[in-house]
Amino acid sequence: MFQVRIHGRGGQGVVSAAEMLSVAAFLEDKHAQAFPSFGSERMGAPVMAFCRIDSKEIRLREPVMNPDALIIQDPTLLHQVDLFSGVTTEGLILINSTRSFAELGIGDFVEGFHPDLLCTVPATELALKHVGRPLPNAALLGGFAAVCDQVRLESVFAAIREKFSGKVAEGNVAAAREAFEIVMKEREEASHA
Amino acid sequence: MLKQTEGSHAIAESVALCRPEVICAYPITPQTHIVEGLGEMVKAGELQNCEFINVESEFAALSVAIGASAAGARTYTATASQGLLFMAEAVYNAAGLGLPIVMTIGNRAIGAPINIWNDHTDSMSMRDAGWIQLYAETNQEAADLHIQAFRLAEELSMPVMVCVDGFILTHAYERLDIPTQEQVDAYLPPFEPRQVLDPSEPVSIGAMVGPEAFMEVRYLAHHKQMRALELIPQLSAEFRQVFGRDSGGLMRTYRAEDAKTIVVALGSVNGTIKDVIDELRDEGYAIGAATILSFRPFPSEELHELLSHAKRLVVIEKSLAVGIGGIVSHNLRMALSGISLHAYTVVAGLGGRPITKSSLRSLFERALRDELEPLTFLDLNQSAVDRELEREKARRRSGPSAENILRDLAGGAR
Amino acid sequence: MELQPIKFYQTGTFTVGNRLLDADQRSVQANMERTNSLNSGHRACQGCGEALGARYAIDAAMRASNNQVIACNATGCLEVFSTPYPETSWQIPWIHSLFGNAAAVATGVMAAMKVKGRKDVRVIAQGGDGGTTDIGFGCLSGMFDRNDDVLYICYDNQAYMNTGVQRSSATPPAARTATTMALGPEPGAVFGQGKNVPLIAMAHGIPYVATASVAYLRDLEAKVSRAMTVRGARYIHILVPCPLGWGAAPHDTIKLARLAVETGLFPLFEAEHGEVTSSNKIRHRVPVEEYLKPQKRFAHLFGKTPAVDTLARIQEMADRNIRKFRLMDERRHG
Repeated sequence: MFQVRIHGRGGQGVVSAAEMLSVAAFLEDKHAQAFPSFGSERMGAPVMAFCRIDSKEIRLREPVMNPDALIIQDPTLLHQVDLFSGVTTEGLILINSTRSFAELGIGDFVEGFHPDLLCTVPATELALKHVGRPLPNAALLGGFAAVCDQVRLESVFAAIREKFSGKVAEGNVAAAREAFEIVMKEREEASHA
Repeated sequence: MLKQTEGSHAIAESVALCRPEVICAYPITPQTHIVEGLGEMVKAGELQNCEFINVESEFAALSVAIGASAAGARTYTATASQGLLFMAEAVYNAAGLGLPIVMTIGNRAIGAPINIWNDHTDSMSMRDAGWIQLYAETNQEAADLHIQAFRLAEELSMPVMVCVDGFILTHAYERLDIPTQEQVDAYLPPFEPRQVLDPSEPVSIGAMVGPEAFMEVRYLAHHKQMRALELIPQLSAEFRQVFGRDSGGLMRTYRAEDAKTIVVALGSVNGTIKDVIDELRDEGYAIGAATILSFRPFPSEELHELLSHAKRLVVIEKSLAVGIGGIVSHNLRMALSGISLHAYTVVAGLGGRPITKSSLRSLFERALRDELEPLTFLDLNQSAVDRELEREKARRRSGPSAENILRDLAGGAR
Repeated sequence: MELQPIKFYQTGTFTVGNRLLDADQRSVQANMERTNSLNSGHRACQGCGEALGARYAIDAAMRASNNQVIACNATGCLEVFSTPYPETSWQIPWIHSLFGNAAAVATGVMAAMKVKGRKDVRVIAQGGDGGTTDIGFGCLSGMFDRNDDVLYICYDNQAYMNTGVQRSSATPPAARTATTMALGPEPGAVFGQGKNVPLIAMAHGIPYVATASVAYLRDLEAKVSRAMTVRGARYIHILVPCPLGWGAAPHDTIKLARLAVETGLFPLFEAEHGEVTSSNKIRHRVPVEEYLKPQKRFAHLFGKTPAVDTLARIQEMADRNIRKFRLMDERRHG
């Protein structure tokens, strides 16, 4: 079972991100379970959502406490909330930021992690560019498809199109595609370096 | 059709397939998405021949449902927590009048302290109101139970509550199968009321009944629930024939055949329990589980049969009967007549406290060694409780205890 | 349903006078074909204003709807005296659910009729003042707010008579009840702001509101008939004296109901969409003492030292009503 925890702030589409990720996994004939951290938080408050992906029925109903992957939609949470609770050095960390892990001040923390499981994506900028609103969730899922083999980019597109429609859907698809390409390009450059 | 969707949305779709004629809606977390979904379907014209009424309170919601059902309409509403308490008088009334209303409960704690998260205190408070109470383990089952609930309610002419764990199920996206209209139509015939307000055949409903007949009327309500003990398994079997999957019934067991230790629980926590049971079984322990699906009527005979060979019973309760312990355990005592075993009550998950696999595992290990107290509060922060008791001892005006505990946990206790 | 033949003595005193009127203007009660919706043999007290008001109102509604009426009743005297089962007095489909939910139950019945395509069936909710102005007020306001197609009739006898005469929000100032005793420096119910539900109903902007009295039964029938021509939420508030609760002789029910109107304490009017459209003029104005004196609930105002100040305040209330609702013929008096 693969477990994802998504952190962000109310209004950033954190819950939708988990739901879309579960739909993407479902479209690949996997079992998936997405649920929010059940808060009564308002806009701007720290929120969490979870997604489990497995090849068999998921019966477990506890919150995700030991995530295999962490998606951080808002880097301003980094030094405010215990985002990394339960994450091991085997874990994947995807952060919405234009900066590197070192620049974000967590270079020391991620020492010992697999470098290819650490990734930052300028998701807010991509969302502003393609959707016109600072909703980074779709772009981050595009980035997630690039660093993690749990879901394919096409499934992420399909999930986005299930959640949104028309121009909003296509804008989000474009943001996800560009995020995916940015990560793949970085990877390629890193492997040639 | 197989799809990945939110529990609330699946319930809304399932209810819509039952062709409800009147739906009354009042918002309360965490059931709100269900009635929102239905309202959308009515407004968009997808659900036709249905009146969707926004009322001013839960009391009105169920009162409108009473009027609609008495006038012969298939009627649905949903509520939770404080909302269920606010309509309590009408809850008893709907059952007393024998009106086949179906109501979803998005299970949630009762305040004070105010709390929006899941436990079973709300529906448990209405367990003796005369409604049938079914508890769903998964969202597939939640969706399926609503279809069975209308059939059951209308055959018996009594109301049914379908209890679904708030947030844990209502807000969870899962894979499930939404049946077709043809399947539901084949299973659920049109509503033929036993009693109806009709100008061409006037009757008085809701008259005052004195001591000469009241006992008999109440007994008949009990008798109907005893009939439900037979009907619920039949309807579940019939459901399997039409829809091709197991859903509902009175109770279901998991790896309980030769189990010396049986864990009993209601609702979604059974998923996590099964995962733990698998681990312990792999390690050679004879442990199994039973999910109670129908809490009213209570399947005493089935539970008696199951427990007659067990040595230990662990009841996981998402509600607290303050002053005695557990409600489910208390009900189980009737089924334990003549059986001698160690019975443990475990109050867990109150107000949304996560019931984790690791906590359940260590709990079951202690039970297997018979080291549990008769009444255990799972993952209770005893030291926080003790500190508040100390504060109360130290000062007469120690202040509101809920706020004191919160301040204490935030590290700012005075 | 089958019509029950009405005996001549049941048609009331208007029968003779009615013969002078055109057929369509005759009293419903005078018609030997009327339904007798609330049948004789019920257990109301002698001189019960509510039983009288309910029979006239429901029969008029039945005539106006071609006998297609379903009634929803709040808990209270009317419910209790009419249905000590199996002796129901209701000849129409009737449901009693709870004290505070008659309006909501009626909404439900209305919704069921709508979905079943039975727009010909009309729904009435009814209750006393406690079930309307107090405990049922939330449901009533909700029904108004949604403009549900329900006629709500409040039979106002100004206290909780069913439970033994306790104060309600419709109890008038200074009145003695079991919970506003005639004791202390200010005996009886307090002078509050009152809770004028007809005016509150008007504030919802519903299509029709009226007040009526069992002293003016033709007016009552006319208002019910008028209400039945309208779709949407409608409210009729009927003053129904209670001999037991008011401490009055059973044979004075009609007289007291008339005095309440003639003093100006209970103005009779109609309103549409929040505006008063007509009021019944007082032809013979009387001072409030004349209305209060025959009622034991006001006896403490007329002791050795009459409560002059209190009586003046009650007279002020009447005067204010007369101005506000234009109850006097202005050409003659003003």
